[in-house]
Amino acid sequence: MIWLILFVIVYLAAALLATLGRKVKYAGDIIMLAATAAMALLSLYAWKLSASGAVLEHRIGGWPAPLGISLVVDGLSAFMLVLVNVISFFIALFAISYIKRYTDRWKFKALFLLLLTGLNGVILSGDIFNMYIFLEIASIAGYVLVSFSVEPESLEAAFKYTIMGALASICILLAIALLYSYSSTLLMSDMAAVLAQKPQGAIISFISVLLLAGFGLKSAIVPFHAWLPDAHSSAPSPISAVLSGLVIKTTGLYAMMRIFFNVLGYSAGSTMAQVIMVLGIVSMLAGAFLAIMQFDIKRMFAYSTISQVGYIVLAIGIGTPLALLGCFLYIATHAVGKTLLFLNAGAIEHATGTRNMYKLGGLQDKLPIARFTSLIGALSISGIPPFGGFWAKALIVLAAVQAGYIGYALVAVLVSVVTLGYYLKFQTLTFSPQGQESALVIKELSGRMKSALVSLAVVCALAGVLLLPAYRPFLQEAVNVLLKPAIPAVAWER
Amino acid sequence: MILYFLCFSLFSIGLYALLRKRNIIKMVVGLAIIEYSVNLFLILIGYRHHGRAPILSRDQVIENIVDPIPQAMVLTTIVIGLAVTVIVVALAVRLYEKYGTFDITKIRRLKG
Repeated sequence: MIWLILFVIVYLAAALLATLGRKVKYAGDIIMLAATAAMALLSLYAWKLSASGAVLEHRIGGWPAPLGISLVVDGLSAFMLVLVNVISFFIALFAISYIKRYTDRWKFKALFLLLLTGLNGVILSGDIFNMYIFLEIASIAGYVLVSFSVEPESLEAAFKYTIMGALASICILLAIALLYSYSSTLLMSDMAAVLAQKPQGAIISFISVLLLAGFGLKSAIVPFHAWLPDAHSSAPSPISAVLSGLVIKTTGLYAMMRIFFNVLGYSAGSTMAQVIMVLGIVSMLAGAFLAIMQFDIKRMFAYSTISQVGYIVLAIGIGTPLALLGCFLYIATHAVGKTLLFLNAGAIEHATGTRNMYKLGGLQDKLPIARFTSLIGALSISGIPPFGGFWAKALIVLAAVQAGYIGYALVAVLVSVVTLGYYLKFQTLTFSPQGQESALVIKELSGRMKSALVSLAVVCALAGVLLLPAYRPFLQEAVNVLLKPAIPAVAWER
Repeated sequence: MILYFLCFSLFSIGLYALLRKRNIIKMVVGLAIIEYSVNLFLILIGYRHHGRAPILSRDQVIENIVDPIPQAMVLTTIVIGLAVTVIVVALAVRLYEKYGTFDITKIRRLKG
């Protein structure tokens, strides 16, 4: 399965080639679109191969299992690969028009492709230290991209993000060092087998806390969320969409789930699960109530991301098969929906030059495409029935009731009402029929922007079909990977 | 044991600088100290008392060797740490140009 390496190599090569864009006009645009489109198709192929529960593996350099680095695609990895590569194609399509406002556009394209290299690498790695390296590649590209516009605000946000992100990486590295010293291996499947035979002492609890702090910072769960509203509101809009839709989900939630479930043998109902559930509830409440007070569109969406990540974390905490099914559907619908909303915020800013809701208004007839697509995104995220977000929320609430956490289920329902409230505020203020003088449409949206918005809106509206029996394996295989017990047999003599 | 304790105190010094200092350059130095302490910890994990380098050669019996994997890991993390430090210092310089100060409490235009 040597072609698995393409997911990393193609993006890395494209990032290097995009630097040609300095000399050749359109070279960067074509490379960015071609690389993301090719990888989106390849990820669909990888998903097709792994849909029946098969595990694709490539051992780099041909070294046997515990010695070399391996790239692994199982159900969970295939799910994340499809999500990341398909959404990043639409973001690339949107970004080409949006970034015309900046100078040195080739740097943006190269860094964007480097960020995607890191994300794909995190998903593919079967080796825990390799995962850390790709996580850092993605994070470093992210720090630079947040500060891309070099405004005072974006520099301040990027500084905060870098310091907190670096601290998170150090927590993760310390946890990896402790895991290595305890299990004498770096390969995750091997590590799980070794840990299953050793006693679960204080060292595992300490490692879990370090990992929770590290991945909690990366995925902005509430006590660690301070960087997110600043970074997401100050970054260029396509980058806000990548950060909120893909980076948080991959470097935070995916890596956390992978290590907790598949390496540390996390079980539902343990003390750790209780802590994670409480963090999820606090994130949901704090994010939702802070979002109501915002007047900057992107800042409101950023707080909304904190609140929605709370749902996903709650589902991880509950940890039953039903909750995890809801968790993955939620990851998919939120990634598509929030990407769509951030791109819409970018489109509104592109057209009118402001993001302040109280200065906007009267865009009802002027930006019809942005109006309808953001309505679909907002309704999906706040959980209105025909859209995908509703089914995901319903599954999580049902799973909470089934597992006996009635209080948490009530909070989840309450927060979805609050979510609908602030999205209606955004929708009515921005797209009201009568406009203010300041909300003049300066620039029209380009055809590429419109096509990206419409395609994402279609995906967002149809995301509920993932629960139909024909498409169910897409989510079910990911759940099966998490719930599979560690293989006790150790082939390697130590 | 004393080595691990000293390594931990290095980590604490870095964390103190990162959390309590108002000057952003001092925060960057704190971040670098934390990185070094974690690298040192990785080296300590692989260290064996009176161990030798793990190089195969004829006529030599390998008894007590130092674990080479943490050393390879540390080389990688040093490079990553370098990249992060470069970015933070570049951001600090740009922040000084825009705000005219290194004081983190005065660099706050983002609220809420």
